[in-house]
Amino acid sequence: MKTFLLVLLLAPLQALANLNILACEPEWGALAKEIGGDKANVYVATTAMQDPHRVEARPSLMARARNADLVVCTGAQLEIGWLPLLQTQSGNSKIQSGQPGYFEAASAVSLIEKPSSVDRAQGDVHPAGNPHLHLDPRNIAEVAAALAQRMASLDGTQAPYYQSRQKDFDKRWTEASTRWEQQAAPLKGMPIVVYHKDLSYLIAWTGMREVGALEPKPGIPPSTAHLAELLETLKQSPARAVVRSAYNDPRAAEWLAERAKIPAVMLPYTVGGTDRAKDLFGLYDDTLARLLAVTK
Amino acid sequence: MHRMWVCAMALTMAAAAQAQDSKSEIDALKRRVDELEARSAQKPATNAFNPDISLILQGTAARASQNPDDYQITGFAPSGGDVAPPRRGFSLGESELVVSSNIDPYFRGQLVAALTPDNDVEVEEAFFQTLALGKGFTVKGGRFLSSIGYQNQIHQHAWDFQDAPLPYKAFLGGRLNDDGVQGKWIAPTDLLVELGAETGRGRQFPGSDPNKNGAGMWSLFGHVGGDAGTGGAWRAGLSYLKTSPEDRAFSDAGVLQSFTGDSRLWIADAVFKWAPEGNSSVTNLKLQGEYFRRTEEGSLSSTDYSSRQSGWYAQAVYQFMPRWRAGYRYDRLDHGTVSSVFTEAQAPLLLTGYNPTRNTVMVDWSPTEFSRLRLQLAQDKSRAGVTDNQVLLQYIFSLGAHGAHTF
Repeated sequence: MKTFLLVLLLAPLQALANLNILACEPEWGALAKEIGGDKANVYVATTAMQDPHRVEARPSLMARARNADLVVCTGAQLEIGWLPLLQTQSGNSKIQSGQPGYFEAASAVSLIEKPSSVDRAQGDVHPAGNPHLHLDPRNIAEVAAALAQRMASLDGTQAPYYQSRQKDFDKRWTEASTRWEQQAAPLKGMPIVVYHKDLSYLIAWTGMREVGALEPKPGIPPSTAHLAELLETLKQSPARAVVRSAYNDPRAAEWLAERAKIPAVMLPYTVGGTDRAKDLFGLYDDTLARLLAVTK
Repeated sequence: MHRMWVCAMALTMAAAAQAQDSKSEIDALKRRVDELEARSAQKPATNAFNPDISLILQGTAARASQNPDDYQITGFAPSGGDVAPPRRGFSLGESELVVSSNIDPYFRGQLVAALTPDNDVEVEEAFFQTLALGKGFTVKGGRFLSSIGYQNQIHQHAWDFQDAPLPYKAFLGGRLNDDGVQGKWIAPTDLLVELGAETGRGRQFPGSDPNKNGAGMWSLFGHVGGDAGTGGAWRAGLSYLKTSPEDRAFSDAGVLQSFTGDSRLWIADAVFKWAPEGNSSVTNLKLQGEYFRRTEEGSLSSTDYSSRQSGWYAQAVYQFMPRWRAGYRYDRLDHGTVSSVFTEAQAPLLLTGYNPTRNTVMVDWSPTEFSRLRLQLAQDKSRAGVTDNQVLLQYIFSLGAHGAHTF
């Protein structure tokens, strides 16, 4: 009995030996696992089926935030509706903004689509720029390097481990990126309709062309009037596909695709969005495969 | 032949030199772009240190079969709070100004000022909270919405119905926001376990704002919570509030009564939220309920008095399509046992053995998370023998900084 109690008491200490990481989105959870290996306990706050804008500071996240050594988020106000609560209410001084235990992926890359003026009349705009930065493989590589550095500085004893895992990841990622860039060549110039501005980095990287969005304004759900208007513009400048993310409601995309007689393509958006998108490599493999199927 | 070879070599060298040149030129340009980017990123906005400011605009258009000015909850001592239904006709609700910011690496501060439709300014919240204690501890001080129960610490503009549930009206005067301090600790477990205590002056009901040294109110609260499957999340809690009112006065059938003694309130609360696969953007469900139990012992206008009363409410709100939600709430108060030397004829408000109930339904439409329009219908039987049928339209708009809402 006594040993049992002792084990119970020591169990949390055992867990403390590793770096406790709370990742806001699945892509950063996957990246933290690539770098942290078995030296990091990674908990992902959201799934690919959840709209990252609409997450709540639910009790389980509060408990994980309390125990986190490092919170890995996108930043650029993507998590503004829930992360500040976790930071201020969890009683964890390590994860406050400006502390080493708070990492923003957006700080490692330069964001696109920075609005020159912000006004909510334009919809749910992000003043710092488009936060959906993980769909450009070059950004992933840069975030990985910055994240490994941060993890190494937080957990000095394991620093060589994190750095060697990051090097290994970087090598595999560079190889894969070269392959993806070749594969993506046919996508160059392909006109598509998107659901939300969450694919902008993918579009910029592959050279696709966004000719319309199902949302009339960012964060405003598609309306029939807007869809009808979009259908008219597609008659002038046709698109090859209507592309949405796994967490988007499929109905608007299917409605438009059927009438415009083009395929509706669902992309995993992040790790876990489809069965094939099991990790970051799978995410890009599957995303490209689904887009390339349109070009055939 | 030899000359050709020299020529070719010279050409290659020149080309190489040129490549070198253009490479260094590109490098120089890259450096300049980096510098410019860094500079533009560093450029501090003039308002960089300004706190986050948001403003809530609210208003109602109401129709009620009874006069809201006569509102009372039969069988319960008036709580003195702002608990009556909204005025009939058009009326402005409270405009809330929320200002919050980190103060330094150790503290944050928040002010919630309500501009009331009667042209008063009411400080709803003005507090500091620690950021750097660590180990799951936070301390809050000032005036703040108490963490007892579930709905108490939710700001009015984020409620799912326009008004507070009956037990909140009867036992807390709508909500508890005392002047005091709160200490809170979150356990290092994967299940959320949150324990806290508050002490304060007891400036509002059930306290009586005693003019004395020390505390007139203290409370304990505990909450546990976690996930239920991929789509569900829950939280449950138990809270205890103790106040020692002195000469808490109210008028009952024209007679001024006053209570001095101890007031103890227990609250059990539970909330469950669900959305398919946790994605709340199309459909989601929220269930919420709280049970209140209060005992008061002491003297009523210098005679022996004790009471044991209770109340509860349960509500469900379902988002059936993007932007549209519908909800139903049932509240009930139980008069319980009240022992006093007074007779029902002498103190009808306090001693009528009546159990108030209310049924409320609502539908709301939220074009974005910053705007909401609501239609609410209620059948309110707070007053013995009287049914108040209420219809109201409400708007809630939020301007400025994007607030984060508690679970």
